[in-house]
Amino acid sequence: MADKKKLNLQRESMRRQDPAVRASNFEEVALGYDQEQALREAGRCLTCKKPRCVAGCPVEVDIPGFIACLQKGDVLEAARVIKRTNSLPAICGRVCPQEDQCEKACILAKKGAPIAIGRLERFVADEEARQASPETSPKAPPGGRRVAIVGAGPSGLTAAGDLIKLGYRVTIFEALHEPGGVLMYGIPQFRLPKEIVRREVEYIESLGVELKTSFVVGMLQTVDELMAGGYDAVFLGNGAGLPYFMGVPGENLNGVYSANEFLTRSNLMKAYRFPEYKTPIKIGRRVVVVGGGNVAMDSLRTALRLGAEQVTCVYRRSRNEMPARGEEIENAEEEGIDFQLLTNPVRILGDDQGWVKGMECIRMELGEPDASGRRRPVPVEGSEFTIDVDQVIVAIGQGANPLVASTTEGLETNKWGYIVADLETGATSKPGVYAGGDIVTGAATVILAMGAGRKAAQAIDEYLRGLDR
Amino acid sequence: MNEIVFKKTLSPEIKLYKIRAPLIAKKRQAGQFVIVRLEELGERVPLTIADSDPEEGTITLVVQEVGATTRKMGTYREGDGFLDVVGPLGRPTEVKKYGTVVCVGGGVGNAVVFPIAKAMKAAGNRVISIIGARTKDLLVLEDEARQVSDQLYVTTDDGSYGEHGFVTDRLAKLLQQEQDVRLVVAIGPAIMMKAVCDLTRNFDIHTIVSLNSIMVDGTGMCGACRVEVGGQTKFVCVDGPEFDGHQVNFELLMARLRMYLPEEKKAMDAWMSRDPVGPSVAEHTSAGEDDGR
Repeated sequence: MADKKKLNLQRESMRRQDPAVRASNFEEVALGYDQEQALREAGRCLTCKKPRCVAGCPVEVDIPGFIACLQKGDVLEAARVIKRTNSLPAICGRVCPQEDQCEKACILAKKGAPIAIGRLERFVADEEARQASPETSPKAPPGGRRVAIVGAGPSGLTAAGDLIKLGYRVTIFEALHEPGGVLMYGIPQFRLPKEIVRREVEYIESLGVELKTSFVVGMLQTVDELMAGGYDAVFLGNGAGLPYFMGVPGENLNGVYSANEFLTRSNLMKAYRFPEYKTPIKIGRRVVVVGGGNVAMDSLRTALRLGAEQVTCVYRRSRNEMPARGEEIENAEEEGIDFQLLTNPVRILGDDQGWVKGMECIRMELGEPDASGRRRPVPVEGSEFTIDVDQVIVAIGQGANPLVASTTEGLETNKWGYIVADLETGATSKPGVYAGGDIVTGAATVILAMGAGRKAAQAIDEYLRGLDR
Repeated sequence: MNEIVFKKTLSPEIKLYKIRAPLIAKKRQAGQFVIVRLEELGERVPLTIADSDPEEGTITLVVQEVGATTRKMGTYREGDGFLDVVGPLGRPTEVKKYGTVVCVGGGVGNAVVFPIAKAMKAAGNRVISIIGARTKDLLVLEDEARQVSDQLYVTTDDGSYGEHGFVTDRLAKLLQQEQDVRLVVAIGPAIMMKAVCDLTRNFDIHTIVSLNSIMVDGTGMCGACRVEVGGQTKFVCVDGPEFDGHQVNFELLMARLRMYLPEEKKAMDAWMSRDPVGPSVAEHTSAGEDDGR
């Protein structure tokens, strides 16, 4: 099949807030495409007959399909196409690592100019919200099978959306007072405005999903009690939980936060607007964030916006091994974050009042590859030095929260406490109970959790059909 | 929204609320707590469940007004409600037959030790309670404590009621008289719990304390509440709130409780200088409070 069209390799750039301005506000950094830009970018798509991008998407959005609608200028139809497989497009368009997924697979990636699929998805979702009240499907018929979803994060919301479209009665149980999970407590306003999360949650609710907040499954009711109380199947999407600390001396000093705490105070509780919002947060003068992932980038940029004078990233490997998205590292660099790479904390130093006043670090160098395939960082002897710091945020990952697994009869977990589940179906060791997202895989991405929610919804549908046979 | 069905002023700064929360009332056990968020702009405040009535579907909270949030709570009336009440959280007290159990409460900690004393009594223990307060006006739940105790001692720091002195003074005397105390449960300000533990360590009596650290989510997610027990970091919300008092690093606990003092003061100043119209005014603020034990 000869392609007569001349390839357009001018990837449309997206407007962003000026780094000098955005470093002191919590408004969204990326400003999105306007109509003209979106149509120009959509126009570059070859709408391949055998699209590789779709296979690169964990929820298999019909990418050429929605872009073809855009090329015709039909934004609402484009939104319908996306929502067939993705209930949260405005979120995915913003926080998915497209460069490692759909865009990496794009045929134009070989020429260095993949279609900006994420930006187009974001444009479609935002434009749909602006133009029209989102389409809703008919609500589930009364009296049907009931499914309980534990956790209103990305995997739970996705599973809920899919299951209600399949005709089931769905209830989501959320421990916090607001739905959204990591989208609400973890990812900051400047990367994912909370209004957008609320809009997507409202869409799920408009489909007829019932939402119970401030409901801790495992404490208020166990999974077994939910099942005895009329739920025919349960999806566990309760996320990763307990933050890891480094295990170095001084970690419990005042001024040392887990990234989870720091971000929850700022994002969910809106402490960045203290005292209007009543949850306080410490504003450091010199802040160190330990870690190199997206959570570390979010913490660094939040500390900066709260008003810290100097914000430093301490990461034990080099920039190449940083797990954060390239785009977020660049954003942080542009905003003036200081990066101390190949550096590892040895201990945190306190004053006589129990407050952080310094951090002793050691330089590292890369040795042989370790189990993760990345070169193992090893300390450089005698290279210790001290950083002047009054706030430390530890962003080195998190482990499994045991509240659900430890209270559910017959639910198998692995040695780290994560729930053992089939990666294709989410099926656990307990009949009728499925699981997906971070509670199965450990901390990963929003879209992988959504993909797991989607697969589990299909498996739950099959399971429930089996019950009715 | 969880409705306040009953409110009683126990002392000028301590109020009792019965809150409609049927599922929590059914499930909670002694030693567990809830997290309350008063209003949309509010912070999340951990409060121990003092009692519950599963029939009526209510839980009882006894709250000392130590900061702006709890003061604002104090302006709420019967029929008003708390926006969110989540729980029960934390591990319940390990209630079983020990023999003789001494329950020591200080200040609003009397409300926290009460459900434990009640449960210990119901489990067949001989319960001796020592409850104390700075002064007579601040002494709460004396009648309730008497009902669930085989013996009750009352102390006030200033001698305005009961015995003059600290709960630890009374406990020291008691431990010299009583040979078969199997367990001491001590709940109150950190400094009081530390003093009790220092005392019981000499007698080699197992001592349980309930820690009141600062929390945000209360489900293990944030680690704000971390404490050191036996040299290891523990989360009060999921590993506690009760720990072996002889293993707790109280200095660290007390330092961490001071973390937000400047912010709490700022919030209190804003609350004190508020528009006197009532609790719906937006600038009423608070910060990082616990239940003031």
